[in-house]
Amino acid sequence: MSDRILMKGNEAVGEAAVRSGCRLYFGYPITPASEIAEYMAYRLPQVNGTFIQAESELAASNMLYGAAAAGKYAMTASSSPGISLMQEAISYMAGAEVPALIVDAMRGGPGLGDIQAAQSDYFQLTKGGGHGDYHVIVFSPYTIQEVINIMPLAFQTAFRYRNPVVVAVDGLIGQMMEAVEFNYFTDPEEIPLPDWSLSGKFRHGNKKNVNTSLELDPDKLEAINWRLQGKYHEIEEKESRYDYVGVDNPETLVVAYGTVARLTISAVKKVLGEGKSIGLFRPVTLWPFPKAALAQKAKSAKRIVVLEMSAGQLIEDVKLYVYDPTKQYEFHGHPGGTTFTPSEIEQILRG
Amino acid sequence: MTKNVVIAGFGGQGVMLMGQILALAATEKNLNATWLPSYGPEQRGGTANCTTVISDEEIGSPVVDTPQIAVIMNNPSMEKFEKMVEPKGTVLLNSTLITIEPKRSDVTYLRVPANELAEQSGSQKAANMVMLGVMGWLWKDTFTIEELESAMVHKVGDKRPQLVEINKKAIELGYEFAKNIV
Repeated sequence: MSDRILMKGNEAVGEAAVRSGCRLYFGYPITPASEIAEYMAYRLPQVNGTFIQAESELAASNMLYGAAAAGKYAMTASSSPGISLMQEAISYMAGAEVPALIVDAMRGGPGLGDIQAAQSDYFQLTKGGGHGDYHVIVFSPYTIQEVINIMPLAFQTAFRYRNPVVVAVDGLIGQMMEAVEFNYFTDPEEIPLPDWSLSGKFRHGNKKNVNTSLELDPDKLEAINWRLQGKYHEIEEKESRYDYVGVDNPETLVVAYGTVARLTISAVKKVLGEGKSIGLFRPVTLWPFPKAALAQKAKSAKRIVVLEMSAGQLIEDVKLYVYDPTKQYEFHGHPGGTTFTPSEIEQILRG
Repeated sequence: MTKNVVIAGFGGQGVMLMGQILALAATEKNLNATWLPSYGPEQRGGTANCTTVISDEEIGSPVVDTPQIAVIMNNPSMEKFEKMVEPKGTVLLNSTLITIEPKRSDVTYLRVPANELAEQSGSQKAANMVMLGVMGWLWKDTFTIEELESAMVHKVGDKRPQLVEINKKAIELGYEFAKNIV
């Protein structure tokens, strides 16, 4: 027997959250994210945590706002249409600098769309989503093991910057099972209570804490906005993450994230083995986008291939950060819940 | 070593469970494994399929469009999956229920009277376990029949202990059947 267990992606999200120190979950079920709530309903009572099934996504996301404002690791999870409903609370949390964790198991859209895996929430997640000048930090793991590795980092990053964090997976990662290992367990009692938290002023030397996104004085609100922009700039400098597989100066650079990157990696390795000058650049954070690293990897590339399960969202960032009219840009998309097949990707890469 | 199989049939035939047990048997051998279900508004009587990949290396795509082996439990799945199997691959078909004639000459067909053998084990519902036994023979380099049975027990034993003996018998019948025809 090994330490490995076979686990469903959605259940791994839940277990990883518990092991990161999260004891508070507020959610509303939606396919293909429901098992996250189901798992937490079963798991949290075992560790003296609290699971609440809210009456709606609006309620769940505002319960999350309240719990995270109290300085505790708290989370919710949903899928695309549910994430749209949560945008008001996410904007408020960004404005009030509340470090909540939101998991989005993306499905096909727009509207109710379908329940299959998709990546069409890219714009919504990386460009704001709700109203106001803000960003959420977006992690995009590509295997269930990476989901497990990223969850503690996602909570820590949220708290370090007092900012909402989204872990963006999709229906495929959520529904599939994989052999995985957990090598951490954080006791929530050991996570220090931040001095900004609304947790009773006796805990903060009688200091009164206020948490709000409301500031009616426009000059003060402008100052707050510039301070937030400074924070986002710092996050861009320090927290951009990516992965790269391939030769040093590739002639063909493939850019893909999440499930699509995983579907691509076998094909990339195969054509690498045949001597093709190619590399796969995989953003691990979608915001901050790893733009400097991408620009560096793209220098030698004549051909840039972007693969995504959407109709052309990631490619906008790729073109923004690697703008070079002498390069050939190629987009291949599967919006609406269909996925690439390995042989389709192989054919694309061979050009 | 990377092995993959697509398993397809009616919802209710236990095709998802078969794929999970294969993935679990590999996991318990410290190998990498992925199990990918078709999911959607599916229901009992509709079609269902799953893909299991096992490897001693990191697994890239859990999606497989040209499987090495297809386990096919009914006619609709035969129409959909027979053509996908890679050349020189294996089509394992439930000959009790499949009436469609095989169309290809570049793959090996293994006709398994799964429901009939399952009846001998004590329940016709164990047709999936018969097929699992055949898979156990085909993948005998990766895990033994005992290891496969123990993965089955870990998967279903807690919820349905009354099925363990029937399932074991069915797995053994499938394994013996495969040993004699392969």
